[in-house]
Order: sequence, then structure tokens, then C-alpha cells
Amino acid sequence: MLRIKNLHASIDNKEILKGLDLEVKAGEVHAIMGPNGSGKSTLGNVLAGRDAYEVTAGEVWLDGKDLLELSPEDRAREGVFLAFQYPVEIPGVSNINFLKTALNEIRAYKGLPPLEAREFLNRVKEKQKLVEFDAKLANRSLNEGFSGGEKKRNEIFQLAMLEPKLGILDETDSGLDIDALRIVARGVNQLRSSNNAFIVITHYQRLLEYIVPDFVHVLYKGRIVRSGTKELALELEEKGYDWIKDTVDAEGAV
Amino acid sequence: MITQVSDSLYSQLIKTYGGNLPSAEPRSLDEIRKQAFERFKSTGFPTVKNEDWKYTNIQPLVSQHYELDAEPPLGAFDLDKANLPQLEAYRVVLIDGKYHAGLSDDVSGVPGLTILPIDQAFERLCFAKYFAEFADKTDNPFVALNTALFTSGLFIEAGKNSQVQKPIHIIHVSAARQPVFNQVRNLYVVGAFAEAEIVESFVTDDGAERSLNNLVTEIVVREGAKMQHYYLQTAASQSNYLNHTEIHQEKHSLYNNYNCTFPGPAFVRNNINVRLGDMEVESHLYGVTLTAGNQFVDNHTIVDHLRPHCESYEWYKNITQDTSTAVFNGKIFVRTDAQKTNAFQQNNNMLIGEKSAVYTKPQLEIFADDVKCSHGCTIGQFDNEALFYLQARGISEAQARILLVHAFAFDVTSRFANTAVREYVEHLVEEGL
Repeated sequence: MLRIKNLHASIDNKEILKGLDLEVKAGEVHAIMGPNGSGKSTLGNVLAGRDAYEVTAGEVWLDGKDLLELSPEDRAREGVFLAFQYPVEIPGVSNINFLKTALNEIRAYKGLPPLEAREFLNRVKEKQKLVEFDAKLANRSLNEGFSGGEKKRNEIFQLAMLEPKLGILDETDSGLDIDALRIVARGVNQLRSSNNAFIVITHYQRLLEYIVPDFVHVLYKGRIVRSGTKELALELEEKGYDWIKDTVDAEGAV
Repeated sequence: MITQVSDSLYSQLIKTYGGNLPSAEPRSLDEIRKQAFERFKSTGFPTVKNEDWKYTNIQPLVSQHYELDAEPPLGAFDLDKANLPQLEAYRVVLIDGKYHAGLSDDVSGVPGLTILPIDQAFERLCFAKYFAEFADKTDNPFVALNTALFTSGLFIEAGKNSQVQKPIHIIHVSAARQPVFNQVRNLYVVGAFAEAEIVESFVTDDGAERSLNNLVTEIVVREGAKMQHYYLQTAASQSNYLNHTEIHQEKHSLYNNYNCTFPGPAFVRNNINVRLGDMEVESHLYGVTLTAGNQFVDNHTIVDHLRPHCESYEWYKNITQDTSTAVFNGKIFVRTDAQKTNAFQQNNNMLIGEKSAVYTKPQLEIFADDVKCSHGCTIGQFDNEALFYLQARGISEAQARILLVHAFAFDVTSRFANTAVREYVEHLVEEGL
């Protein structure tokens, strides 16, 4: 589904990603871990198309489409969904109007007619239940007055509504208490299927107890330096990132 | 030092009308005109040295030649531009300020409502009582000029206790085929405990030449009366407007003004002055200005609290694109006698065009000591984080911008009492982006 080859990206002329390779197949969940500043969030933002980042080399393919050629909205319409680390509050834009606009623009891109009002509202209700997001959305502005946990849950709810191919969760666990974390994880697990895939970006192994990944990758200095299964996350938790740093830096020195 | 005399309109006016003012019965009006003309003659057109015109240079406009008091062109006018879908209203059409009976609805059968060309209202009691009683107390030279020289406009009266069933939709069409200086004078009186809603659209007929339109409207909202008043400025670039509105409110009355300006007219200066002349008066002034191109739009407002226990609420939003300029000046006076006043003012500006400009000046002068007054003013631009967030959900950049501008204007548009006007304005905001 997703193929990243030798991706280099920089911000303000500072290179953050330095030759990243990753392949994600439909039905898989990949966890990306790594110390602060290793480029985890950069990866999410580059995939979603944030224009502050400049891609200097490499390729990204999503089901045969050259993702780097597309605008952020077209990437979303092709099925990329970035759950933001810091979801934005937009006063005056209602949650419902926002979702309806997003959903219908994605549908229009695929040549589908807009959803009927009733159909849309049924879907809202159904998906809210699915991801256990019970915040009242009607007559409320997008994320306005939401707690940190509610904002993160709203991201997962949007993901459920828009049904992307590839969900990228950018430190969705940060700032969540254990109960909210469980709810978010359950929501994601409900949404997992053989047709979609997830990239879960996180600092901690904790989230991976709830969203069990098929693969774990360790990002360090802009490259994936270790890949493995979920046991790698446990090993990291136990030994700390210094273990990675030391071994990788030692390899580099050789 | 050389004093530059570039006011060719000034000399044209003095030459044409000095000792030769428009005259009609009653003679008392002649005296008012004469005094007003003297006032204008002594001050002339304002310059940027005048604080009230500091950002508003009218010299380019008044240094041109215009036909004075030109006859409007004959023929058909396309009024579709002023069409508000879903607004059921009594239609009144003014072509270059002159009442057009053929295009206007006949309201003679509507109980309590009188609509007349203003020159047919000179004999009426309330004309004698209110005409030039309010606007001419200000020092706006354009009011003096208008009082001296107007020949057209509208008189509207909603009689005591009457509830005018439908809104009155006044369509101001700028149409002259030659450069023209129009002076239009209106007087609206909402009688005691009456209710009226007036929607005014400004449009430019295809093929119209450039025009300078000097409008003065005096409004009296009598005891216990309510008035909703909308300005929808959608004219084209060759039309320029000076629009002075002076409102006098009596006790227990309510006046709401919704002042909306959209891309089009090159120059707009609105003066909206509300005098809260008695106790328990409530006034609301809302404004949405969306500018584009090289447009210049200036809104000057005065909320004048003269008596105790009154409430005023003012909220203006400016959105500037391209190289356009918006000006907001909001004066609030709370006079010594106006204890227990509650006054609120807010002005928010969103500069979209990197070369656009906003000049804003909230100005509160409070002479009473037991009052509640608050004001705020912000200047900002597009929130790029919000824009990216919306795009990352599949919303196109254009649509995302519309959503964000709607969101910005929402505080104001959500207050529109008339949903047909509100939807129309939201549509114009989308079109104007």
C-alpha cells in the first residue's frame, strides 16, 4: 500500500529525514518509535503534505500514486489521514459542518454523490458509538473547548468517519490518561481491517499494549535503524533509547 | 508656499449654485438650504488634515468633473444584482437617487406605511419636525452640502403602532451614462410602538459611468418603536459612495444596523451615528466588510449615550484582500447624564492580502462614573495551522478559506435577525473571496 524509498526531508534547511525506507502493506500496523528529535513527527507531516517541510530526495508511493506530487487535500482524498499531535481549535467552524464538507469533498473526488443529511447523521451517530466518543458535536465549534483527551478522541472519530486507507497516528497517546488511552486504542482496533493500514508514531511502548503492531521500527537521526516485531518495543522499553543510540553510533563510527 | 486648489467639484458647485439653490415650497426649507450652503462654502471638502478624514483622501474624487443633477437614463434596468432570493419585501427602486414608480411596488394599500419621493413630503408635519434636525448638527461637510442641494431621495413613515408586514427593500441603482454627482436625501420615521425593517441594496447598472453618490439619511425611531436596518453594498468599481446615516432614538426604542460591504465599489465612506436620546434605549451596530482589489472602505460610527439606562452593542469585522484598505473608527460617548450605561464595542480584522491595510481606532469618551463599557480590537491573518488541518481532511484550499472566513464573520452574521439576508450575505462572502 505505502512505499517510502530513501526519503530525505528538511525544515528551514535543516535535514531531518535522511534516507528513510518503509513499506506498509494493507492490513498491517506499523509502530514508529524513537527518541526526541529523531524525525517521527516529521515523517507524519511530510506524508500529510505540510508545506513547511521540503522533500529533497526520495519517493513515496500510495497504491501506485506518487504521493509527493499531490496537494494535502488530494492526499487526504486518496486515503491518507494524519491524526494530529496537536489538533487545531477552529472557532466558528462547526464540527458537523466541517465533517460534512470533508466527507463530501472526498466523495466527490471519488465520483460519489454527497451523503443525504439523514444518512450523514446516522453515520455520525454510528461512528461516535464505535469509537466511544460521546461529546456533543451539534452546535459546537471544531475542537473548541474540548479537553486534550476529547481532541485526540475527535481525531479518531474523524478517522472513523472518513475511512482512510492509511491512518497515521502522531503521538496520539501523548497527554492521554490511561482510560482515554484505552478508549482511543479500542477505537483504532475497531477500525482495523484487511483494507487499511496504520502507522502509529509514539514515544512509549504503553500504547502498543493496546494497539498491537505487526512491526516496530526505530527511527534515529532520520533513518530507520532497527525493525522488528512487537518484542522490539519491549526491549526498547527495558533498555532505553541510549541502547539504540550507542549501538548505532558505534556502527557509524566503524 | 503654494496652496493647491484641486477641488474642481468645489468651484463647480459654488459657481453653479451660489445664490441659486434648488427651491420649492415651503420657504422654510430655503432658509435651511441657504445656511447649509454657507456652512459648506466655508469648510469646503475635508482633507486628510481633518482627524475624521485622516485615512480617507477624497481629493482624487472631488478633483474630477461631474454632471450635477443629471437626469437618469431611460430604459430597462437589470435589478437581478440586487435580488435577494427568499426575501419577501416591498420593493422601492431609486435610479441615481430618483424614485422610479414603474419599478417600485405600490404600497398605498399597506396600512400605516407611507413611502414617497422626498420632494413630495416637504409639506408633511414630520418632515418639518425632523428634517435637518439631526444630521446637520454634525460637522460633516457632506451633510451640509447634501442639505443645501439634494433634489431626490425617499421619505418613509411607519405610522404609530403599525407593524409593517414585510421588509422594505430599497434598491439604489447607479446608472447615469455620464460622470455624475448625485445627492440623495432620505428621512425615515418609525412612529411610536411601530416596527419596520428596511433593507438597502446598492448596485451599479451595466454601462453606468463613474459616479460620486452623497447620501444622507436621517432616521427617527420613536418611543417604543423597533427598526431593523440593513445596508448591502454590492455596487461596481466605478460607483463611489459617501453615506451618512444619523439615527435619533426615543425612549424604549430599538435600532439595529447591519452594515455589509463587498468587493466592488472603489470608494465607500459610511458614517453611522446613533444618538440614544432618552432612557432605556437599545442600539446594535454590526458590520461585515470584505474588500478586494484596490478598494477603499471606511466605516465611521458614533454611539452617543445621552441619557441613563441605555445599552449599545457594536461589532465590526473587516476582511481585506489584495491591496485594499479598510478603516474603522468607533466613537462611543457616554455623557454626564448617561449613568448605568452598558456599552460594548468589538472590532476584528483579518488581513488576507499581504499588501492590504487596516486602520482602526476605537475611541471611548466617558463622562459618567457609573457605567459599564468594554471594547476590544484585534488584527490577524489566516491561521495557516487551521488551513492545513482542514486540507488534511480532504477540504480544498479554496473551500477551507471560505470556511475560515465564515468562521471569522460568524460573530456578526449570526446576529442577523433576517435569515434571508443572512444567507444572502454569507453567499456574497463566498463569492467575494
